[in-house]
Amino acid sequence: MVEKHKLKVVLLTGRTIEQGVGKELGKITSEYAESVSVCYMDPEDMKKLDIKDGANVQVSTAFGSVVVKAKKSLRAPHPGVIYIPYGPWANVVVDPETHGIGMPTFKGVPATVEPAPDKPVLGLSELLKQQFGKG
Amino acid sequence: MPVVKAVSCPVCGSLCDDIELTIENGEVVKVKNGCAMCEAKFLSHRSEHRIRKPLIRKDGEFVETTLEEAIRRTAEILAEANYPVLYGWSNTSCEAISVGIELAEEVGGVIDNTAVVCHGPSLLSVQDMGIPSCTLGQIRHRADLIIYWGCDPWSAHPRHIERYTAFAEGRFEKSAWRGYMAKIRSLIGLKKIRSAAKRLVLKEPSEIEARLKPTFVPSIAREGRKLIVVDVRRTKTAEMADFFIQVEPGKDYELLQALRALVRDQELEVDHVAGVPVEYLEEVVDAMVSCDFGALFFGLGLTMGGAKLRNIDAALSLIRDLNMRTKFVIMPMRGHFNVTGANMVFTWQTGYPYAVDFSLGYPRYNPGETSVVDVLLRGESDAALVVASDPVSSFPRKAAEHLARNPLIYVGPHMDVTAQVADVVIPSAFVGIEAPGTAYRMDHVPIPLKKVVDPPEGVLPDEEILRRILSEVRKIKREKTKAEAA
Ligand code: SF4
Repeated sequence: MVEKHKLKVVLLTGRTIEQGVGKELGKITSEYAESVSVCYMDPEDMKKLDIKDGANVQVSTAFGSVVVKAKKSLRAPHPGVIYIPYGPWANVVVDPETHGIGMPTFKGVPATVEPAPDKPVLGLSELLKQQFGKG
Repeated sequence: MPVVKAVSCPVCGSLCDDIELTIENGEVVKVKNGCAMCEAKFLSHRSEHRIRKPLIRKDGEFVETTLEEAIRRTAEILAEANYPVLYGWSNTSCEAISVGIELAEEVGGVIDNTAVVCHGPSLLSVQDMGIPSCTLGQIRHRADLIIYWGCDPWSAHPRHIERYTAFAEGRFEKSAWRGYMAKIRSLIGLKKIRSAAKRLVLKEPSEIEARLKPTFVPSIAREGRKLIVVDVRRTKTAEMADFFIQVEPGKDYELLQALRALVRDQELEVDHVAGVPVEYLEEVVDAMVSCDFGALFFGLGLTMGGAKLRNIDAALSLIRDLNMRTKFVIMPMRGHFNVTGANMVFTWQTGYPYAVDFSLGYPRYNPGETSVVDVLLRGESDAALVVASDPVSSFPRKAAEHLARNPLIYVGPHMDVTAQVADVVIPSAFVGIEAPGTAYRMDHVPIPLKKVVDPPEGVLPDEEILRRILSEVRKIKREKTKAEAA
């Protein structure tokens, strides 16, 4: 569903091998930040938003909003589903509700994606300052 | 150059124990047999991003301090707190975890491990239903059908398939690797034929497809181990599968129940379940009931969304049903290398695998109340100790926010995200590289971890740091009682 270049999607977060390697190299490395401040999208969905690989997009849910880089998913087709690797950027938009069992909802959160050509993707320390005022 | 053989890899729950390391001048310089994550970890012990000196935050900035000072400050924070949380534990040794639990009891806090945000729902479900399982060795040698559900071992446990399942050369079951290579070759060939045909014949693609189809026999028809993958995305692992079921997000429960019905020979009165044609499901169920020994591995795709623990209930029930017809086992794909060990040690010492609250002086367990994310969301904790884990990068923002507001102590080798917002940072040695210990593989087999190089000067293992904190806390408490008596 497109309304004024905004796409309604389902947000999944999870592991990628790049994130797995990045986290072992150390979390202040640029490899780590680059591996988790992205959002993998279905190529058809990217067409709908008229964005190219590497464009900045704003992902928003009921719990927050974060700017990440859109990447063409190699795991397509999965129209209407976006994928952000586990990490501080994904945590801004996942659902903290644990439904009484201790486990927040990291997969299957309703979200919207829109192009954000004028907004930057924050680096790790900027993001921490913005979110927690520390770091 | 000395080469150390049979080293266990302290990264994921597969705990591969065949790693060979080349050591030069007290540093690991070459890693053999490991996957990309393994290599990154073994080489990172000399990384410039390591913390080498204890840090304390003063006026918003980190300043270097002595180990004694950092431990004293940590003990003060914990001893003064009413309701501290002690969190992490999955990336350290069982020996260190054991001391951590003693410390939690001493300070009357909540102690929780990373299972709470990965397989916590699985543990809850297993407590209700029981689990038919076995060791990975059994699966390697005997299983002729492997199912990966909601997990992508290619990305998260890269050598799992090669060491324990489809591509492992077992005593009674052969590796499916050759069959897979043949499939890839035929797919590449097919792609080439397709594009050549498109260019030459200029026909409608569907016409070409129709002609090519009969030549492409799905590999499920062949002999040997079979691989089924169920996921919301066509992952790398899915590409290797004989059957791939692409389930709609959040519909795993429906799909599991539909499979249960088919296993029990019931008819489904719909065409599709969870976006998958029932005909296809029938084929998959045929493969399941006709195998001799099946193994289902499940990941966070089942625990992190949708029905969460009820998904696991359904998966365990499916295995129970399948065991009426053939032999089947099930196992969660545990992430951190010693998260299973954390659950084990917690259970030995407190009776419960995670989310244990000592605030009343005895262990209480009620996930949803005593689990760390809930404690943080309610804003109840007034101090936090994080050991061998990085919750600020793995908790939802609202929970991480409260954690960062608490006086926060971080014990770990790397300048992790949590370390960056902490108030006291104590560097520790890498368990399995610079300190020995014991860890539990995902199938509950204990594996010894080796020390292959020395830690940087003055950097201690987690176990030793925790012992010192514990004795300092006891000292502070004794001083306090004495002062009160006087
Ligand atoms: S699969 Fe896991 S345990 Fe094995 S080498 Fe890779 S990271 Fe290490």
